[in-house]
Amino acid sequence: MTWKHVFKASVTGLDTNRSRSFLTIFGIVIGITAIMLVVSLGAGAQNLILSQVQGLGTQTIVAIPGREPTSPTDISSLFSDSLKPKDLTALENKTNVPGLKEAMPEVIGAGVAVYGSNTYQVTVLGATDIMAEILDIHPAEGDFFTADDVLSQSDVVVIGSKVADKLFDGADPLNQKIEIKNKSFRIIGVLAPSGGGLINFDEMVLMPYTTAQTYLLGTKYFNRIIIEAADGQSVDVVANDVTLTLRESHNITDPSKDDFSVQTQQDLASRLSTITTALTWFLVAVASIALFVGGVGIMNIMLVAVTERTREIGLRKALGATNRDILSQFLLEAVLLTAIGGIVGILLGAGLAFLIALGLSKGLGIAWQFVFPWTGAILGFSVSAAIGLVFGGYPASQAAKKSPIEALRYE
Amino acid sequence: MNIIEVNDLKKEYYDGEEPTIALAGVTFSVRQGEFVAIMGPSGSGKSTLLHLLGLLDQPTSGTYSFNGREVSSFAPNELASLRNKEIGFVFQAFNLLPRTSVLENVKLPLIYSDVPESEWDARAKKAVEDVGLGHRMHHEPSELSGGEKQRVAIARALVTNPAIIFADEPTGNLDSKSGKKVMSIIQDLNERQGKTIVLITHETSTAEHSERILRLMDGVIESDVKVEHRLTASDEYVK
Repeated sequence: MTWKHVFKASVTGLDTNRSRSFLTIFGIVIGITAIMLVVSLGAGAQNLILSQVQGLGTQTIVAIPGREPTSPTDISSLFSDSLKPKDLTALENKTNVPGLKEAMPEVIGAGVAVYGSNTYQVTVLGATDIMAEILDIHPAEGDFFTADDVLSQSDVVVIGSKVADKLFDGADPLNQKIEIKNKSFRIIGVLAPSGGGLINFDEMVLMPYTTAQTYLLGTKYFNRIIIEAADGQSVDVVANDVTLTLRESHNITDPSKDDFSVQTQQDLASRLSTITTALTWFLVAVASIALFVGGVGIMNIMLVAVTERTREIGLRKALGATNRDILSQFLLEAVLLTAIGGIVGILLGAGLAFLIALGLSKGLGIAWQFVFPWTGAILGFSVSAAIGLVFGGYPASQAAKKSPIEALRYE
Repeated sequence: MNIIEVNDLKKEYYDGEEPTIALAGVTFSVRQGEFVAIMGPSGSGKSTLLHLLGLLDQPTSGTYSFNGREVSSFAPNELASLRNKEIGFVFQAFNLLPRTSVLENVKLPLIYSDVPESEWDARAKKAVEDVGLGHRMHHEPSELSGGEKQRVAIARALVTNPAIIFADEPTGNLDSKSGKKVMSIIQDLNERQGKTIVLITHETSTAEHSERILRLMDGVIESDVKVEHRLTASDEYVK
């Protein structure tokens, strides 16, 4: 018997029980669709996160106070005041870090912003004027604060779009004064809505770090220092110089005693992608349960089909079919069911992922891109075909084993 | 020349602890071109004998020479190939594939044969025409009468041009008119095409279309007689 006719016999067998074949395929479709959806959305989320991380620029290096936690309970190491103005001075010294273009300290605090009778809980982010360039944020109205503002500790702020909405109810906030911790600040700029990015500026108030330290936080340390390596400089070399400089500035000789850490954008990107990949595969594992259930469904249906078609098996054997012919026919029926389910599931999963991507990008304005999950498609198709072989194998071998007379006698 | 020679053929089934003896040792032969009817009440072993003769089952002991070859020790695949090439089956329940056209049903044995695919259509069409169903070629079994279904089954048995046809109660599910038509076709195969026919029936009137009647009782041959006054189905059918 040639494969062409094995195929024909299998198709006829499936066609004879259309509704049952359809329901069996449906079980596989659900499993494959779930896997495709998860893989596609996972890849989309990863792209989104990575594009935002890389949006900070590949030349960016971040110095953070505190050790890397050595255990989940070692939280205290995360909070530290180890980065101080003298570190900034040391970094800006060209002999220490020759490849440095700019260094920007950052401080973070929280407070309640008050305008008239309106109040709103805000995050205060203090930095220098180059923040606008490094984080790629630009006021929709008004201006960003200047280097002079930083030097003179000017009481000027740039507010996020949501802060503007909550405090001003549509009135123009420019040049109005808001109060945070009883200190009055003049609004010189309002940011455009950021659209759900990695860092949400909508609920923030931005000001010079000097202003924030003096009037709001009362501290002298930084929450992080962002360093831009000069164009054409190796980020890793600069990051190493930064590490050595900070170590010297802190009088540390043993690297394991570092009270700060230095990360490049590459580090961050690879960490985030490790996390999203792990999460995606975890969800794939969950979705695989649906596929497994679909496989058991295939086995169940094929066993019923073998019993129900005992007479057909007997007839085929009487007419000259060998055990192998019968085995091939029933195995191929199972594989066809799962392969069709696999293809439909791939298309359906990709289609749903596309619609979700469309909804997220057009509806919510998130910079989400549809990713056709080739890995998911290849995985889904081969897994479903393999499920056909595994779960169809037992029923098919039962069919092949039937003796022709038992089969013909069966009523 | 004898197409079938069996010697002390026995078949026992183990169903529980005590063996059931279906055939207790039968010895006989069938000539090439002969038309033999096997009769006997249910439980006499006639179906078991047909299954052994048709190479669907293997004997517990005894020898069976089919078309000059000792087949009692053949492997399953060799038996499958012999069934395909040299044997045609007609069953009481027709056993046609549902939702499959008459032509495709008749082609079924060919897909397991080494006949080149280019010849399949012509062979199947001729077989369907030979049983008088040329106008039903593309109908499905559900659109046919019982008699027509059995004629399709006969066409299917003929399509590989076998030397012998085994018919197991071929008229058992048919009304008498359709039954006579089927018997006339079978008789015609024997007389004009020289096919050897082994027919199982419990109706004497059907058995009398043959040349010779073997009666089985409790797994042994009780009698083996020539039919004195053969019925000719085609004559009756014309009447």
